[in-house]
Amino acid sequence: MDFYLTALLQGLCFSGIALGIYISMKIFNIPDITTDGSYTLGGGFTGVLLLHNQPSYIILPAVILAGAIAGALTGIIHTKLKINALLAGILVMTALYSINLKLMGRSNLPLNTLPTIFNLVNLVTNPNQNTLYILLFFVMIITLLIGYLLKTDFGIAMRATGNSETMIRALGVNTDRMKITGLAIANALTAVSGYLMTQYQGFADISMGIGIVIIGLGSVIIAEAFINWFKITSIWISLLLVISGAIIFQFVLAFTLSIGIDATLLKLVTAVFVLLIVSLPRLSFNRSA
Amino acid sequence: MIEINQIHKVFNKGKANQVDAINGIDLKINDGEFLVIVGSNGSGKTTLLNLVAGSVLPTSGTISIDGNDVTDLPDYKRSQWIARVFQNPVSGTASDLSIIDNFRLAAIRTKSKGLSIGVNEAFKKIVKDKIATLGMGLENKTDQPMGTLSGGQRQALTLLMSIMDSCKVLLLDEPTAALDPRSAEVVMKTADKLIKDFNLTAILITHNLKDAYNYGSRIIQMREGIILKDLNTEKKAKLKQNDLFDWFG
Repeated sequence: MDFYLTALLQGLCFSGIALGIYISMKIFNIPDITTDGSYTLGGGFTGVLLLHNQPSYIILPAVILAGAIAGALTGIIHTKLKINALLAGILVMTALYSINLKLMGRSNLPLNTLPTIFNLVNLVTNPNQNTLYILLFFVMIITLLIGYLLKTDFGIAMRATGNSETMIRALGVNTDRMKITGLAIANALTAVSGYLMTQYQGFADISMGIGIVIIGLGSVIIAEAFINWFKITSIWISLLLVISGAIIFQFVLAFTLSIGIDATLLKLVTAVFVLLIVSLPRLSFNRSA
Repeated sequence: MIEINQIHKVFNKGKANQVDAINGIDLKINDGEFLVIVGSNGSGKTTLLNLVAGSVLPTSGTISIDGNDVTDLPDYKRSQWIARVFQNPVSGTASDLSIIDNFRLAAIRTKSKGLSIGVNEAFKKIVKDKIATLGMGLENKTDQPMGTLSGGQRQALTLLMSIMDSCKVLLLDEPTAALDPRSAEVVMKTADKLIKDFNLTAILITHNLKDAYNYGSRIIQMREGIILKDLNTEKKAKLKQNDLFDWFG
């Protein structure tokens, strides 16, 4: 049972990435690869600041800002230098690897004895349950903020950008600025995931972000499957589904491990699982058409 | 009033695939004028429209709208005067967004998109009443995604969206090219009515010579980036439909 509780906690940690990818998919129609770098950036930065005994109220804003800068860079490279969005993300992700390594000083930062947000407040004695409540609270705040944002006039314009750029420009929106802002928000969310995960697992690692974008992508695709299936138009339900997607994803991985599949094959399982959820709706759609 | 002075547009200048799209056009379009532009493919109609809209910037020459020099303004800044309907219904609306969200964006075309929620019950009521005037039965579907509607419905809604915020100039780039004849007629009639009711300055590009004959208060024919013929209201009224066909003979 603890196995699945861990999966739930990890899923909640990853909900920032999932929401970030959800936003970048809305404005680009492709997932933002910067995610791999900005997740480690968020995690590494958290580790360094914790080691320097910085308080939480400094760490969190600093991590959000760092992620936002990384995302804005990808946006600027894409819009101002007219470089393909995928390539722009890969470039920033690659550069971030060095920056993260320089920032962290070494490839792994253990934080075992340091106070984290998960032992700052003790609501219940069981540490895992305590973590769960704190994570739930965190994810709830993030969801409320993003949900509100997406419902505002600015949010509507942001959601329309990936749909029809010609239309949204004709309606007076600077799409370049919208993409830069959107990517900044997306990567700030990703960095928050790194912030949560680093404190949850008790260490930051330079390789923690490798291939992490697929977790966000998988979560969004799971959510989109339900959104299309039940023709959901509500933003709130969509966001909850995206977060559920992140949790389902971790459950699947936990299940895979529990039935005794070699842990080294985990990335392979991840890829196959994402392939499955991407292709299943299409296969059944073709048959009915 | 739209004033176009000595506009030139060259694509891929100095390269092997250089295209001289617009070769020195002077054009004054008065307030409330409904200008129809005809011309064969490659005559520069769409480039001229894009120059007015600002999605293409001129190589040389100036453009002004209502006495404001807009030559260097990008399209999203010219939206304070201009509303557009595109050839492809998908370009004029956001498919994944609900009808009401599309209308919300249109209602703040000339304003900044801020961090407040603008879609409330009062706004929904206004939009429903507006949509009801189309008589398409769409007023009760405002929460549906735009993507679930047909091309004709989307074009008609795009037209309606253009007058949700203050609008001086309406640009119609072959708005009926992708539609069946019946939807095309509905869209053209709606456009004509809106242009008259709101006294809009309008530019219509069309390959449909019947529409060119039936609608508009002025007609120009373009060829190779220049204006070949320019008929004012009086002359257009005397024009026969067959004369128009002869232009392309």
